This record gives sequence, C-alpha cells and structure tokens, in this order.
Amino acid sequence: MNDLNNLVVYCEFDDGKVADVSLELLTKGRTLATRLGVKLEALIIGDKLDGIEEQVFPYGVDVVYKVEDERLYPYTSLPHSSIVINLFKEIKPQICLMGATVIGRDLGPRVSSCLTSGLTADCTALEIGDHTDPISKTEYKDLLYQIRPAFGGNIVATIVNPEHRPQMATVREGVMKKEIFDPNYKGEVINLDADKYVDPASFIVKIIDREVEKSKINIKNSPIIVAGGYGVGSKENFDLIFQLADVLGGEVGASRAAVDAGFCEHERQIGQTGVTVRPKLYIACGISGQIQHVAGMNESSIIISINNDPAAPINAIADYVITGNLEEIIPKLIKYYKKNSK
Amino acid sequence: MSLNIVVLAKQVPDTRNVGKDAMKADGTINRAALPAIFNPEDLNALEQALQLKDAHPGSKITLVTMGLPRSAEMVRESLYRGGDDGVVLTDRPLGGADTLATSYSLAQTIRHLDKVDIIVGGRQAIDGDTAQVGPQIAEKLGLPQVTYAESVKVEDGIATIKRRIENGFETVTCPLPLVVTVNGSADACRPRNAKLIQKYKYAVTPSEKAQLNEDRQKLVEARPYLNIREWGVADIEADPNQIGMKGSPTKVKTVVNVVFQAKESKTIEGGDEVQLEGLVQELIADHIIG
Repeated sequence: MNDLNNLVVYCEFDDGKVADVSLELLTKGRTLATRLGVKLEALIIGDKLDGIEEQVFPYGVDVVYKVEDERLYPYTSLPHSSIVINLFKEIKPQICLMGATVIGRDLGPRVSSCLTSGLTADCTALEIGDHTDPISKTEYKDLLYQIRPAFGGNIVATIVNPEHRPQMATVREGVMKKEIFDPNYKGEVINLDADKYVDPASFIVKIIDREVEKSKINIKNSPIIVAGGYGVGSKENFDLIFQLADVLGGEVGASRAAVDAGFCEHERQIGQTGVTVRPKLYIACGISGQIQHVAGMNESSIIISINNDPAAPINAIADYVITGNLEEIIPKLIKYYKKNSK
Repeated sequence: MSLNIVVLAKQVPDTRNVGKDAMKADGTINRAALPAIFNPEDLNALEQALQLKDAHPGSKITLVTMGLPRSAEMVRESLYRGGDDGVVLTDRPLGGADTLATSYSLAQTIRHLDKVDIIVGGRQAIDGDTAQVGPQIAEKLGLPQVTYAESVKVEDGIATIKRRIENGFETVTCPLPLVVTVNGSADACRPRNAKLIQKYKYAVTPSEKAQLNEDRQKLVEARPYLNIREWGVADIEADPNQIGMKGSPTKVKTVVNVVFQAKESKTIEGGDEVQLEGLVQELIADHIIG
C-alpha cells in the first residue's frame, strides 16, 4: 500500500475563527506528519474564508484546501461530505482527523461509509506504529494507532486500519493539546471550486432556524474545578457545589451520573463522554470515580476527594481524601477559606 | 398520510452501572455481570416514532435490531409500547462487525422491508459511543441524514426536525425518506402499555417458538402478529465480504484494562476541623487557591 500520502485535518470554524478542537488536531497532526515524513494539510469548507489560512499556518500546516460558497455555511451533512469524499478520491490521504463534535460525528461516518475506510470515534491518543496481522502474519509499517476507551471506559482498545485508506479518527475537544508549531510557518493555499465537488441536489436539508449562544460555561480552561457526582444526592444539594466553586473562583463540573440524574447541565460533564480537564485544583464531591470520569480529570495537578465512602475508587488517585458528608464539609471549607484568604 | 417507520435499536450491556465484578481478573469483561438493556437513546428514538404514529394514524413501526437471538426482547419491548412488528437480524457470520459492517448489514435488512419513509435510531449506543451507524446507514441507502435530533414532525412528506448542535439548536427541514438519529435529550419513551403486554407477551421468533410447548406453539401459529421475523445473512442477501469481521476495516490490535496510577493520599476525617482548616491554609499558601 502506498502510504506516502498526506495527513488531512478537517477544520471547523465559527464566527470566522477556527475551532479549538481543529487546532488541537493540527498540533497532533503536525507531530504525526513529521514522524511519517509527509505533509500536514487542512481542509476548510464554508463561507467568508478570507485569510483564514493565517490562523492555521502557525500550527505547521503545509497545505490549506479552501472550499468557499455561501451555501456551505452553516454546515449541512450532504454537501460537506460530498466535498470531503470527492477530494479524498483525488488526493488519497493516508490519515484524516476530525473533531468528535456534532459536525465531525455527523460527517466522519458518512465519509468513511462511502470510502469504506475505517473510522474510530472519540480517540484519546493517536500514535504511529507497526502491526502484524495475527492470522495472515502480514506486516504493516507505520499505521495510525487509534487508541480509545470502550465499554464505558473500563477498557482501552488500540484500533488499526491495516488495509483501508484514509485511516480516520475523531477526537474530542480538549483531549489533545493545542500548541503553536512555528509562528512564521507558511504553507500553500489551494482554492477548490465548490461546484466541482458538490452536486446541487445535495442541498436537500434546509436550515430554517438556528440559535447558538456563546457558551457561558468554560470548564476546560478553569484552573479550579469543583465537581459533583451522583453522591451529591439532589439538584438542591448541587447548589453546595456551586457555592464552593463561586467562593474559590472556579467552575462547576459533574460526572455523567450526576448529569444523567438531572443535577446539572450536560455542558458541565467531565469524562470520556464529556470534557477533558487539567486544572490546578480538582475537588471531586460525591464522585465515586468510575473510569469514564477519571479519564477526563486524572491529569489535574491536585485532586481532593470529598466522599462518605472511604473506599470510593476516586480516593486512590486523590492527593487529599476528606471522608464525611458533603453537607457538613463544604460549608466548613467555605468558612475556612473566607477566614484565611485575606 | 400514514408512514412506514423503521426504528433501529440495539441491545447493549448496561455500561453505566459497571460494578466491581464487571471485570474479570485477567482484564476481560465479564458480560454475564452486566445486564442487557434497550440502548437508552434508541428508546428516545422509539418515542419519536410513536409520536409520528400518533400524529399519522395508520402508520406502521418496524423495529430492526441486530445481535444475539435474545435481541427478540427488543422487538417485544417495542410492541409493548405501540410498535407493530420487528426483525431480529441474527447470524453467526455477522458477529465481530465494526460500525461499517454493522451499517451494511442493517442497510441490507432495510432494503428487504417494504418501502420505508423514515428511519429513526438513537444517536449512539452506550457500549461503543461511536454514533456512526446511523449516518453510515444513510450513506449506504443514499438517503439524507439528520443527527442529534430532539423532535421530529412530518407534514406533507417533509420532515421538520429540531436538533441539538454545539451550544444551541437548529431546526431543519428535509423531504422523506431520510435517516434521523435521536439525542438523549429528546422526550423519554412512554411506558409499556398493559393491554399491549397482554396482547404480545407470547410474541416470539422462530427459534424461541421451537422452545415452547405444543399448545403455546399452536397459539403462536394461530395469531400471525405473535410471529417475530428472524433473519440471517441469506434473508438479506448480504455480500459475505462486507459483513462480520471480514467486512470490518478496523481491527482491534490490543485491549488493556484501565488502571490509573494510584497516588499517595492524605486522608482527613470530615469531622476534624483542625485538619480541614490546615488543608485550606496549605492550599492558600501554595497559591492553589486564593
């Protein structure tokens, strides 16, 4: 198999700004492309793309494909997937990365189905390595290892696509780190004619209304996170979590169980099916520490667990374990903080 | 206008309630310790189908599921709530399928049903969380797709769908037929209906029927609605190269049990006020807080 081809990142953008998740993927893509000795390419589809390449070049992008047409923004499935499919038939990339976002998780499967390329969803790590087929003993050099949790996070699987190209993977926002490669890096821009890549009949889904708010919740970048789990007990008790976060100047997070129980909104969910965070301080309140949650916060610098179960699994990764009832401990912490902070 | 509705559903291990005995000592999954449930978002999809049927009397809901023979339970769950019939796709060569081989098998199944107006399924299944099968089926059937849906209405052959997007909502229209995947934030599924349980409790697939006593078998034969279709590879005329392990481009290279590095932690009794205050003072002194 000819694997001299390039690595493509499908870039999302909003309000003229390339999405963080895409920049994170470009950062990872740069490392992988360098390792493979190939070019890093960015594909940007939408409207009003003037100068958008300047936002991605510093991440080490060698080629930017731009497809500009007013009908291509906001995103709809069929036109975007037909552009990606038709372009990939021409340039035959060896790897394609997308964000595990509403868009990436809508687009990726459609593209992979048409190209019969494998797609691994929600990867938490991407590496390059060799593979020997256990049955045929065929050896493959430099495949993309797509590493992802499965089974509610209890296992981590390494997936490979030995025979099919491109090797496709999606990654959630915040999982990879965003890092400028070279502020002066310059690549090439290739403008593609939308009409050549998309059939007018594919504009079949019409957006008749769209309400998007800037998210007020920013747990990803907060240095202090107070998170509540199912053990908080009720939506009313969750107010304690908000009080502590407010006093400490942090954000509120939650485990999947707490979100499923309706204690707080989904935007605050931390873990494999939520956001990955790396704060200076993480206070886990009434969180048992299922792997699916821990995987999204175990890189926090300091972890405090408040739990009435001394055997809660999260205690094993905590720096401090406070055993007892939240209703008593949180007000005390607030009191001592106020007393000592000034 | 009545609609032919297909609901895609999967029987999954309940990974949300993974207990300590769910993992065996060798790091493999103890499937027996995990109860098999109706994938939660597929129930949201079933509810949307039922609401469409309420709004369009005479509509027919066919539940399609692929899995082990016991997935017939999924069809019965749908019948108990107002579904009309179902197909259990079960055959050994279908096993070990990744999302692509799964979507091919399900697309072939749908091709062998009467003309379908709308296909609804959950956004994703909790055992894999991939959200891929819906869009892949749409692509294989050459249909448009709308994912992350919260409500689906149909009027004059046009579907109007409210869907959740990053930080907001979008309302879209699309002519039928199409594939819709439904988000967990959509309406919860209505409960089972007692009358329908009475009517359908003996609904069985041919392989289940074979286990019944003679009287019960006669009952099932006398009532066509108690016969759940059970299809295999031959029934859907599947290409053997596109199903199961063989039809799966992705291969699992390794699987490891997740173990996080335990830290040396300091334990403080919640009642010990001196230590609690000491911890707060320490965090302030280290500029972690304050």
